[in-house]
Amino acid sequence: MAAPCVFWGAAVSHRLFLGGRISLALRQGVWKAAAAELQVGTGILRLRHTTGVTAKKNVAALRRETYTVDFIKKQIEEFNIGKRHLANMMGEDPETFTQEDIDRAIAYLFPSGLFEKQARPIMKHPEQIFPKQRAIQWGEDGRPFHFLFYTGKQSYYSLMHEAYGKLLDVEKRQNQLQAKGLFSEKTKTKDLIGSRWLIKEELEEMLVEKLSDQDYAQFIRLLERLLTVECSAEEEEFVQRFRRSVTVQSRKQLIEPLQYDGQGMAFSTSEGKRKSAKAEAVVYEHGSGRIKVNGIDYLLYFPVTQDREQLMFPFHFLDRLGKHDVTCTVSGGGRSSQAGAIRLAMAKALCSFVTEEEVEWMRQAGLLTADPRVRERKKPGQEGARRKFTWKKR
Amino acid sequence: MYHNNCDFAAPPTKSMLTEWQLSVLVLLYISPICNEDENLSIAAAMLTRTSRLVSGARRLDPGRLLHAGSQAPQSLAAPLDNQAPDDSPRAVSRTSEKDPARHGEQHEGLHYNIPLQDMRTLFPHSLPPRFSMQVKTFSEACLMVRKPALELLHYLKNTNFAHPAVRYVLYGEKGTGKTLSLCHVIHFCAKQDWLILHVPDAHLWVKSCRSLLPSTYNKQRLDQPAEASIWLKNFKTTNERFLSQIKVQEKYVWNKRESTEKGSPLGEVVEQGIMRVKNATDAVGVVLRELKGQSSLGGFRLLVAVDGVNALWGKTTLKREDKSLVAPEELALVHNLRKMVKNDWHGGTIVLTLSQTGSLFKPRKAYLPQELLGKEGFDALDPFIPILVSNYSPKEFESCIQYYLENSWLQHEKAHTEEGKKELLFLSNANPGQLERLCAHL
Repeated sequence: MAAPCVFWGAAVSHRLFLGGRISLALRQGVWKAAAAELQVGTGILRLRHTTGVTAKKNVAALRRETYTVDFIKKQIEEFNIGKRHLANMMGEDPETFTQEDIDRAIAYLFPSGLFEKQARPIMKHPEQIFPKQRAIQWGEDGRPFHFLFYTGKQSYYSLMHEAYGKLLDVEKRQNQLQAKGLFSEKTKTKDLIGSRWLIKEELEEMLVEKLSDQDYAQFIRLLERLLTVECSAEEEEFVQRFRRSVTVQSRKQLIEPLQYDGQGMAFSTSEGKRKSAKAEAVVYEHGSGRIKVNGIDYLLYFPVTQDREQLMFPFHFLDRLGKHDVTCTVSGGGRSSQAGAIRLAMAKALCSFVTEEEVEWMRQAGLLTADPRVRERKKPGQEGARRKFTWKKR
Repeated sequence: MYHNNCDFAAPPTKSMLTEWQLSVLVLLYISPICNEDENLSIAAAMLTRTSRLVSGARRLDPGRLLHAGSQAPQSLAAPLDNQAPDDSPRAVSRTSEKDPARHGEQHEGLHYNIPLQDMRTLFPHSLPPRFSMQVKTFSEACLMVRKPALELLHYLKNTNFAHPAVRYVLYGEKGTGKTLSLCHVIHFCAKQDWLILHVPDAHLWVKSCRSLLPSTYNKQRLDQPAEASIWLKNFKTTNERFLSQIKVQEKYVWNKRESTEKGSPLGEVVEQGIMRVKNATDAVGVVLRELKGQSSLGGFRLLVAVDGVNALWGKTTLKREDKSLVAPEELALVHNLRKMVKNDWHGGTIVLTLSQTGSLFKPRKAYLPQELLGKEGFDALDPFIPILVSNYSPKEFESCIQYYLENSWLQHEKAHTEEGKKELLFLSNANPGQLERLCAHL
């Protein structure tokens, strides 16, 4: 056994160096050769032998399920192949198959009646499905890659460092210009309307790192300071990365086109729903405030004042109380939901006769929104939707 | 304290201040001579009220002529004519024409006042409850002059009493004013000295009767002593004068001890009915028969006014002791009344009203004579003249709102503005009953 003897000798001579090496090996994981070397020895040193070629022991990662880079890559490949298969199945061109097409195809192939939209089958790019995770931040030797690793929030501090560096650059440039005498006081107003700063959650998502409120506030303050001084295009672009545009809230209200009947009177039709009542209203442009519901005068159809007040609401809001004639048909529901359905239908029909601004006012008043409340289902084990059975102590 | 019939009309050229002074003077002179039962303390309150009203009116519409309505004949202000001055188109809701006989087209939409004394005579307990509440609140009874009533009055003025009695049927949707139009007609006839046979609500006779007795006169029929005695009392109050004039033409034996001789005044029959409640229904039957027979002779003119006449031919909710349903013709009162509204007599008129409100087993939206009377009733009443009573016209609506505003009934700050009026118009759809209910909570 020549080999063991050689090793034994080597082991003796290297004994002094083993201490350091052992600690390193313990922390890191061991080269197979070293492990074999030391194990073959009579067990002077007992080392834990970590299995797996690629598993660099990451204690933090074992607590949470990590998706390795390879895994994600594999998922992406599978997704792309699957996308092409799906396009084939639907008879579409695989090259121009967009995400909306995928959604439509999945909804068609796997129809689901679940109420919760997020519980339905989805097929999306893996980047949207798997949460973003940080890659291992230190190398094989255990040294972290980033110089700010030991601050704990390396991406945040590096961002702050970058931003402050830019600020210093700008100031240095301004000083130089002032020294030369070419400094001009012009302050161009930046277009800040229509955009907002990133919110804390969005910033956390961008940096893949937890932040505290004070950190976030500090960062925003720094960016705002950057905005106040005059900066060049690249700094502008740096700041714009952290602004999001605020789109106009209102979804464009669909305005019915006007139609004309035999006598040349303009009228407009639209529908409305509330609970289980459906209504269709025809509003004529010129009239004297007569309303007929299913052929019956509204005073006889709705003997309760509350229902008539509901009908009055759109006209009263637009100040057009005696100016329009309405004919409507309604079915389903009870008296209150029928009144609500007719109200919605009339308001939508009135949009055609009214300016854009007034349409926006109506939308803000809630006249053009369908009431989403429906009857909640009764659950088993309870008497009603919310009411529980009488609790008996014994 | 609601101001009523204060008189501060003045030519518009005078300044408001002198108008106020004038009104004060007028009140001081007029209030002792007031026909209504008000005393001077109330007149003093009226003074302060009018001053507030005048200043209030000044705030609202400076320089506008306030309404003219007068109770007392003389006035220190400009001479008032019988018709309401129409110079200011918006302010007017009253007319001073007290006599329904003189109401014409020009009074349409205006309110006229019925003296409370007349009210107590003509309508003892027989006004619709909401209207009587309003009368009590405003302490005045104001009826609006409307087209259907005017039409009826025109027909009544031109009736030929030699012909059989004409039947007029007032019909219309719920709350349009049929009963009050009937009251207007009754007031007219009372002023013309007719004999008024007013059944305020025929529905009361066919439902919720506590005591049903087998009739003393006819074994198959049933008596209703309570309702009959109430009606007799009201009849007596209304037609006090005629009770001694009219003489019965037959002998009526009530029971072993009491009887009414031939030739004795009708008042005795009525007294008999009121005192002996058991015979009340028969007394009613006797009264009706006598009046029918004697009106043809021409001694007096008879007005038969029945409200809710569709009750006579509908169904009842009364049951006998053996729980079997009673048909309307088995009730003696209904039987006699049916005979009364037949047009086989002359010397008077019959004015009827249909009503769904108190009716039994009729759908809410029914208002046409065919629907409410049924085949039997329609055939029994055929031929008749139907008169439709509809919702307010814009002018009438305006007048009604004005009347409420004058009585300070509408307290909402938007009530007198155009938008407020439009809202009320929409919500009530110009239906008088609905408007009254809406305003009750404002």
